[in-house]
Amino acid sequence: MSHNVLEMKNIMKIYPNGIVAVEDVTLELQKGEIHALLGENGAGKSTLMKVLFGLESPEQGQIFLNGEEIQLKSPLEAIKKGIGMVHQHFMLVSSLTVAENIVLGIEPKKSIFVDMNKAIDISKELAKKYNFDIDVTQRVEELPVGIKQKVEILKALYRGADILILDEPTAVLTPQETEELFVQLKKLKELGHTLIFISHKLDEIKSICDRATIMKSGKSKGTYKVSEISTNEMSKLMVGRDVVMTFDKKPLSLKETALKVRNLIVEGTTGVVRVDDLSFDVKQGEIFGIAGVEGNGQGHLVEALTGLTKKYCGDILIFDQNISNKNINEIRKLKVSHIPEDRMTLGCAANMNIMDNLLSNQYQSSEYSGRFMLKLKKIEERVNKLIKEYLIKCKSYKQNVGMLSGGNIQKVVVAREFSTEPKIIIANQPTRGIDVGAASFIRQRIIEFRDAGCAIVLISADLNEVFELSDRLAVMYKGKFSGVFTDVKKLTEEELGKYMLGIKKDEVLEGIIYE
Amino acid sequence: MIVDAILSPEFLNATLRATTPILFATLAAAVAAKCGIINMALEGIMLFSALFGVLFSAMFQSGILGLLATMVMGGLIGLLLAFFVLKLKTDEILAAIAINLIANGATILILLMLSGDRGVSSSVKSVPLPRISIPVIENIPYLGAVISNQNVLTYVSLIMVVVVHIFLYKMPLGLRIRAVGENKNAAESVGISSKKIQYIALVISGVLASMGGFFLSGGYMTYFTTGMTAGRGFIALAASFMGGNTPVGGFSVSLLFGASSALSNILQLGNWPYEIIQMLPYITTIIGLAIYSYVRMKKRQKLSDRG
Repeated sequence: MSHNVLEMKNIMKIYPNGIVAVEDVTLELQKGEIHALLGENGAGKSTLMKVLFGLESPEQGQIFLNGEEIQLKSPLEAIKKGIGMVHQHFMLVSSLTVAENIVLGIEPKKSIFVDMNKAIDISKELAKKYNFDIDVTQRVEELPVGIKQKVEILKALYRGADILILDEPTAVLTPQETEELFVQLKKLKELGHTLIFISHKLDEIKSICDRATIMKSGKSKGTYKVSEISTNEMSKLMVGRDVVMTFDKKPLSLKETALKVRNLIVEGTTGVVRVDDLSFDVKQGEIFGIAGVEGNGQGHLVEALTGLTKKYCGDILIFDQNISNKNINEIRKLKVSHIPEDRMTLGCAANMNIMDNLLSNQYQSSEYSGRFMLKLKKIEERVNKLIKEYLIKCKSYKQNVGMLSGGNIQKVVVAREFSTEPKIIIANQPTRGIDVGAASFIRQRIIEFRDAGCAIVLISADLNEVFELSDRLAVMYKGKFSGVFTDVKKLTEEELGKYMLGIKKDEVLEGIIYE
Repeated sequence: MIVDAILSPEFLNATLRATTPILFATLAAAVAAKCGIINMALEGIMLFSALFGVLFSAMFQSGILGLLATMVMGGLIGLLLAFFVLKLKTDEILAAIAINLIANGATILILLMLSGDRGVSSSVKSVPLPRISIPVIENIPYLGAVISNQNVLTYVSLIMVVVVHIFLYKMPLGLRIRAVGENKNAAESVGISSKKIQYIALVISGVLASMGGFFLSGGYMTYFTTGMTAGRGFIALAASFMGGNTPVGGFSVSLLFGASSALSNILQLGNWPYEIIQMLPYITTIIGLAIYSYVRMKKRQKLSDRG
């Protein structure tokens, strides 16, 4: 049998903030295989690969290449040892040609000049050898995403990569481009390269990978032959709650329909359809949960609902008003609040203080703003009240938000969004990456608003959250709802995992629209 | 009368002469911009070079040696800027402003100390670079009067357009400079040290700018006067920007600025107010930039409409 070309043994990576990203993981690669690294977002796949590519140094563990222990201090050393990486965000210089990008750093020379003809020849030959159909004299900026990815792969191969790490290579591709990529990856395998394929898409792993190592919350759940493990078993290993939490909720009492979405289609920047013909209703007094592995269109859905993007087809009605011509401020005036997915980019201004952040959706109101000056006394009162109410740990409201802990930053965002008496709350990953205490506090608040008759759309990859909070739960997979459950209590984690990973799909979605 | 003057070979000859210092600085700006740093210290580097050009050539009693020494000094100031920006992480604009302000004061101080005069260096016996007449071309009517009988450095500046072009687009270092300037991460992912590349680019930028500065006091004129760069370093930044930060593009825009500078000299013959005429090169810069930005904005709008 084939030998292990690479072994990563008992790797442990702890980030400075104390988060254990990878815990005692062992990964063995056999020569000439396509090895899947499977896991949800945040399972530690990327961190493990960063260790392998010399971008992070592990606290513990050893790496053996062909039986010899190696130290990888930088990507350059990894490249020299024959390890290449195709990053999710391409490392290409747009204004240069394909050939220039491929040879950059190790250019062929003719006396003191770059031998462009030779560079083009080398690139052409390389592309031919691996069956890549690329015009190497084109500028990278003119190329579609799928081709850019091929350029990245060629770049790594030109540097002599035997082991190629592909970080979620299909995330940015259309289905056709994905097909094409798979053909090429198989070709690479035939030529003796070893590939690591990072993904959370089971169908893709089934179709091209030989073995799979499954990761969950930083730990390895074992390595399996893909032909010998069912997708059901894979999803069970990948998805699941570690701790079960429960919250008290009042019995459901539905009021009028707050949000109506009909045939919504949103395209991503690369022209890939991210939200594919979604229709649903949300009534006041319920929490509509949307579960799913990240990157299945949830972000684009939220952008459309909150007015961050106008590039969509279909209708979004908020209290029977179409919002296609309304700007973000006008949508907010319809009493819509939004807890954005990424608190640091959209949620807050990190370099401004707590007061400014808490006021940022209120400073225009006549209550806090006079003709020329802000009414600082009133503002101060309000801010201090919110800090107390939301248990924001800080020295004073003059502290910059960026100095607070993740949980407290999120509380600032939540306090601001909840303080405007919202009738609809769009909460996108409201408790991601924060401590348990802050998370349960925020969840409690969400339930209070639901009990008070607010319509809530909860988008989350956290199973605890969607299970415990949702009154109705839909699962999003590749831009569509793969299932809708009106009785969340009857749903098992296993079942939900199948829907999240696309193993199960309901054609008819009952209970998604109210008549 | 003015029209006649503009069509005369003397005007075009003067245009080339006025273009020379701007052209050197424009090339300097282009090299720096390509590596991703705006070299706003051009003005200060030129001013220092104008003064030290006079001092060095007087010291060596040789124009060529004076030029070489000045180029070394220009490179060192480029290195200093790189040190501030890359090592000490100073804002590139603030570091450049500091260098420019120091140049303003220091040149006056040094001049005063060495020549006893705070305005002009005429008491220093410097050796300017010569003018040359080109054998065959000088006899061609009109063209000869335009091209021939220019200062050596004017010809050098024209050659430098080609040299810098070849450097940036045909040589490995140039390719790396462009890669670093456009996508630092991409360059570093293939093992290029972006800092090293930026250091080199800023030194080259300093050397080019110092040649423009030397020309002012050792060619265009034969002595140094305080503040004699008169904003040419900044005009060059605009010229390079409008020329898309390419040597050839920058050259064509520099010619425009050179012409407006020469024009302001001619207009002084008429009875226009002196102050307004003196403003001409700067007004050209502002109008040029405005048109350029407008065109670019329109282009972008078209692109985003399509997308």
